[in-house]
Amino acid sequence: MDDVTSNFDLVLSAFWLTIQLLVLSGLASLVIGTVLGAMRVGPVAVLRRAASFYVTVVRNTPLLIVFVFVFVAAPTLGWFISTPFLLKGVIALSLYTSAFVCEVVRSGVNSVPLGQAEAARAIGLPFGGIMTQVILPQAFRATVPPLVSVLIALAKNTSVGAAFGLMEATGRMRYFTNNNADDRGLIFLTFAIGYIIIVETMSFGAHRLERRWRIAR
Amino acid sequence: MSNVLYDAPGPRTIVRYRIYTAVASVLLLAVLGYVLWLMYDKGQFEYELWEPFVTPDFIRALLVDGLVKTLQMAFTSVILAVVFGLVFGVGKMSEHAWVRWPCWAVVEFFRAVPVLLLMVFIFFSYGVGDGFGSYWSVVAALTLYNGSVLAEVFRAGVLAVPRGQAEAAYAIGMRKTQVMMFVLLPQAVKIMLPAIISQCVVALKDTSLGYYIIAPGLTAVGKQIYGEFGNQFQTVIVIAAFYIVANLILTWVATRVQKRLVGEKKPLEVSMIGTTDADTGYTQAGGGV
Repeated sequence: MDDVTSNFDLVLSAFWLTIQLLVLSGLASLVIGTVLGAMRVGPVAVLRRAASFYVTVVRNTPLLIVFVFVFVAAPTLGWFISTPFLLKGVIALSLYTSAFVCEVVRSGVNSVPLGQAEAARAIGLPFGGIMTQVILPQAFRATVPPLVSVLIALAKNTSVGAAFGLMEATGRMRYFTNNNADDRGLIFLTFAIGYIIIVETMSFGAHRLERRWRIAR
Repeated sequence: MSNVLYDAPGPRTIVRYRIYTAVASVLLLAVLGYVLWLMYDKGQFEYELWEPFVTPDFIRALLVDGLVKTLQMAFTSVILAVVFGLVFGVGKMSEHAWVRWPCWAVVEFFRAVPVLLLMVFIFFSYGVGDGFGSYWSVVAALTLYNGSVLAEVFRAGVLAVPRGQAEAAYAIGMRKTQVMMFVLLPQAVKIMLPAIISQCVVALKDTSLGYYIIAPGLTAVGKQIYGEFGNQFQTVIVIAAFYIVANLILTWVATRVQKRLVGEKKPLEVSMIGTTDADTGYTQAGGGV
């Protein structure tokens, strides 16, 4: 355990990498997922099918396989050869998570009752007004809780990067475990508490936002 | 067709949609064509690279050492997880605080910690050397994680049984254990079964994490194949196809069971972490994150 306490900066830098992976791929997958979600609820059938195909394929593929694709298979096509590891990790995590974000966006939009849009059209609101004043505010509120579930899962999924040479928290724990066979339990607890802090912070923040944005139906 | 986002299209809008469709099709075909051309350009269609997947020996290796091992790991851990979830889910509903709180702590801990962290810890503490090996390390880690998720599912399932059922059972003089065993659980299982099958999808996907601790399974066989033939791209496609087909079959079964047992009602929803009220949760059906 002395090894961990005296090298605590390594623990902190490992969690810093975890948080970087979380924030960067969180933002990227929110953007990609929203675009995919818009394709899935849009009026163009080709785009709807393309997005639905992407979601089905990615949701049923293990994250590890997505990582293998980005880190091992893609270079044989000449992709991501000189890309930094952090960026490759972010790409793999975003490819995976955006499929789940897409589903959240879709079910959020579908949760708005049809009558809301019909009423808005009936009083003569233009398309932009219907969207910004009526539909999206309601859809957005419905997406918050499931979106947080997806992002919490993403926080835990960053650990897969450890298998591909990213020295984030899980990789660092393995490094410490190799050197200090006697203190495995304590080392595990140290890193587990780090993850629990990240996850509980997100969960707490989401709960606050949810209560703040809640509306009476 | 009426939709919450847009009105039924008129003649001019239909023309506009046709233009969008044409542009989108051209773009999608261009992307597809570019990828295929790139594969052709890098010689990814060479027969030698695909040969292992049409050679009986390798197909046997993929099926026996890969798929069967992976399915075994997934189902063993799901069965153990059901037991774990039952014990801790019922424990979380106990009337005694000294049972309830430890169960709550265990469930929350294993739900918040990444499976891979758990797997690495179990493997290096109990799996290596004279330990029980990487296969059982994967099973143990998946059992603890999925068991904790299922504990929440069980709790939500029992709470979803109408309260009058338990009250009626108490009124005819049943004891607490009897109410749980003969009245609440049998009804709850019906509601939970689809969620349990969906958890199989999660378990099946997570078996691939055994890659990090050199466990057997599809990913291990895949690694050997691309190590020998240098056909990383083809191997990833084939392995991914195995997982996708297996998961789609499981999802299909879950949907069927859902329709048979629960009807058209929404599947049971369980939140990922922290908040325990079932109405804020995210549906687990059809492949969790």
